[in-house]
Amino acid sequence: MSEGMKPLPRWIDIGVVPMLNVAMALVVSGLVIMAIGEDPYEAVMVMLNGALGYQEGLGYTLYYATNFIFTGLAVAVAFHAGLFNIGGEGQAYIGGLGVGLAMLLLDDSLPAIILLPIAIVSAAVFGGLWAAIPAYLQAYRGSHIVITTIMFNFIASAIMVYLMVNVLIEPGQQSPTSRAFSPAAMLPYMHEVFDWFGVKISRSPLNLSVVWAALCCAALWLFLWRTKWGYEIRAVGFNESAAVYAGINPKRIIMLCMIISGALAGFVGLNEISGVQHRLLLNFTAGYGFAGIAVSLMGRNHPFGIVLASLLFGLLYQGGTELAFEISSITREMVVAIQGFVILFSGALAYMTTPLLTRLYNRGLRLRTAAREAEAA
Amino acid sequence: MTAATTGGAVGESPPPAIELIGVNKSFGAVRANRDVRLFVRPGTIHGIVGENGAGKSTLMSILYGFYEADSGDIFIAGEKVRIDSSEAAIAAGIGMVHQHFMLVDTFTVLDNVMLGSESGPLLAESEALAASKLAELSENYGLHVTIDAITEDLPVGEQQRVEILKALFRGARILILDEPTGVLTPQEADQLFRILKALKDEGVTILLITHKLREIMAVTDYVSVMRHGEMVAHRTTAETTKEELAELMVGRKVAASTAKPAQEIGAAAIDVQHLSIRGTKGVPLLDDISFNVRAGEIVGVAGVSGNGQSELLEALSCIRPITQGRMVINGREITPQQPCDPAEARDIGVAHVPEDRHRMGLLTDFLARESMILGYHRRAGYSRGLFLDQAVISADCARLMEIFDVRPREPEIKSANMSGGNQQKLILAREIDKQPTVFLVGQPTRGVDIGAVEFIHGQLIDLRDKGCAILMVSVELEEIMALSDRILVMFDGRIVAEVKGSEADAKTLGLMMANAYEPAATPQPAVP
Repeated sequence: MSEGMKPLPRWIDIGVVPMLNVAMALVVSGLVIMAIGEDPYEAVMVMLNGALGYQEGLGYTLYYATNFIFTGLAVAVAFHAGLFNIGGEGQAYIGGLGVGLAMLLLDDSLPAIILLPIAIVSAAVFGGLWAAIPAYLQAYRGSHIVITTIMFNFIASAIMVYLMVNVLIEPGQQSPTSRAFSPAAMLPYMHEVFDWFGVKISRSPLNLSVVWAALCCAALWLFLWRTKWGYEIRAVGFNESAAVYAGINPKRIIMLCMIISGALAGFVGLNEISGVQHRLLLNFTAGYGFAGIAVSLMGRNHPFGIVLASLLFGLLYQGGTELAFEISSITREMVVAIQGFVILFSGALAYMTTPLLTRLYNRGLRLRTAAREAEAA
Repeated sequence: MTAATTGGAVGESPPPAIELIGVNKSFGAVRANRDVRLFVRPGTIHGIVGENGAGKSTLMSILYGFYEADSGDIFIAGEKVRIDSSEAAIAAGIGMVHQHFMLVDTFTVLDNVMLGSESGPLLAESEALAASKLAELSENYGLHVTIDAITEDLPVGEQQRVEILKALFRGARILILDEPTGVLTPQEADQLFRILKALKDEGVTILLITHKLREIMAVTDYVSVMRHGEMVAHRTTAETTKEELAELMVGRKVAASTAKPAQEIGAAAIDVQHLSIRGTKGVPLLDDISFNVRAGEIVGVAGVSGNGQSELLEALSCIRPITQGRMVINGREITPQQPCDPAEARDIGVAHVPEDRHRMGLLTDFLARESMILGYHRRAGYSRGLFLDQAVISADCARLMEIFDVRPREPEIKSANMSGGNQQKLILAREIDKQPTVFLVGQPTRGVDIGAVEFIHGQLIDLRDKGCAILMVSVELEEIMALSDRILVMFDGRIVAEVKGSEADAKTLGLMMANAYEPAATPQPAVP
């Protein structure tokens, strides 16, 4: 039916469509807020102000966004090879475990400057290896990666509970957390970094991981569109037969791609464990892995789009927290519902408006050519 | 027989079965049909010819309600109708037989015929009704099919008959056939033409869409020619020639079949001994195949598609592992124990232009320059360390586009946005440029316009004359006969015949393709 129609140009596809999706989510959220007798406009203003209006809020927004960038990139890189990695949550969890173990082992004996790269590498190795198992099962045994990565989330969770309760718990503690790291193993906060240069900003959990996230975005873009590996990944994802014809081994690409994906998800552990918590604990991934799917979809699997989507999600998280705090009748659950609407409209229903917009766009094109012809005549 | 209206006939002639006036259809900026006029007399076979992309399919889609025309009128049997869905087309008495059959493979013939037009909620009742109606139709039109056979078990020609019956079952008085002979042997095609003539005699009007001029000349009464979305000529078939039609289609004179000068033939570059490949269920896809291809010759592989030609190409290009036997390609021995892969095949001088360019030959979503390095992206020059050298790739793509006349000359264009002919030229450019010594090519001119066909054939001849061993798979017999020095005929995964190119004729090849050739027996009498 849509055959013969011109597809939407890029600026509509990655600009207008996501904005429209967010707008629809906000309208539906507004209706819900009205239904409980609150003013939607006021609610939006509270959210915006809470997320962007002051330095601490902004710091929180960016701190959340950092996690979304990591998990969003993780989903995106797998997606380019045609793989749907649902296991970001587990990979982030195990990545965090890697960071925690490395720091608990080494924080007394090594200086910060060496511990930082060790934290990065251990997050990547643990996250990557955790993703490598489902990747192997997909590539060489034909088990569907969606099923296995979901299962591996549960397994990761069970392993963490076991380790925290039985092995890594700080002696004499009631709650299952490890001992705190020594200061050398703590990633500097951004307010500390700014302080080195004499700039004072408010305290927030925002730490150096955000710089690493930005570097990862740039590196992934280069990797996907400028290297032969990226070329092979995209070839396998777009058309496996053509890739095989070209002498590319899809099995190896699946392994490569999932290991990179898992490593990226593992960096959530860097932000959370090294950057904020400074100890190992349970449930620090808090759903970031799953939200990464929506982030990646919304960002059209492109690193730049993912940055924008992550900022939006960060804003929703931080603004939502403020909202629950400021307006008592809007509960924490209500905020989760609003976040859910945004994920629903920009994730699951991301392409809902595309057919309509395509028709409108083509009609517009026709009108314009008709007008030009009339002018010429 | 319908009375052909002679010049002096008195009285009103019946209204045309189909009349189109000023039909326009645009897709964005592309005008697929402009101001199309068509007049189809009832009870005739009317051919529509044109190159790929000339707008034939769009026009038929408008007639069958897949698209609605932007402007213009459609008259069926003298009455103005609006066809905005296939239901409306069926109601107007139009039936369509698609190039790719729209049949449920696992259903019986009867189920397929009545699918979508069951008479009530109870299947048994509908079946009884449908069966009797179907028997009547088969009787009236001489279309014999086994109604309780499972569709996928039937030969292709009979599946096509099911499609025709399906249309007649729904009361079609106008039948549109879109490239109906693409999947048939010449004999099956002749059988189809006999059916079409029988239908015509019963008063059915037939629109035959094809790019094969031989068929137009053989079976139609009238023919209309489309070019660039316009109807450029209407002819009475008896008063025109193939040459005139070809010229009208292309808009200029077309050279006759490619000349074949003698050449030097060297040593075998491909030597295949007892090659077999088994499919997933143990069915032999290739069965004990032995042949060779020598440097400086073109060996054509003829056969109805699906008889192992694709598997043969995939085996030789090392995409598909072999189960038994051995192949020696440019001195490299390949056996089930010593497999090869496509990357290594390229390294030993094997180039491969796959049969289906969208499935394998290029990446439609990628830029032209990205498709241009497919398979060679790891070669030094294109690739520097981990990175691809964009500047070198773009420059090389521009160079090849120039040499092979790929249009537009735009390395940054998305591959999908090039026409079929230009995509094919891009792939050929990529493969020929690597100076291969073994060249595997499948359907070199499928979906390519006539101008590009000449060019591509010329390139293949040049390559052969430079001493390359070429194996060409094609379903176009004319192409096989025009280019091949030797012809292998495949049937059911085996090579059933080998003939010299100079001694081949379409009829014998056709019989061989159906595995019905008996050298000693007298040839089948040709039924007109």
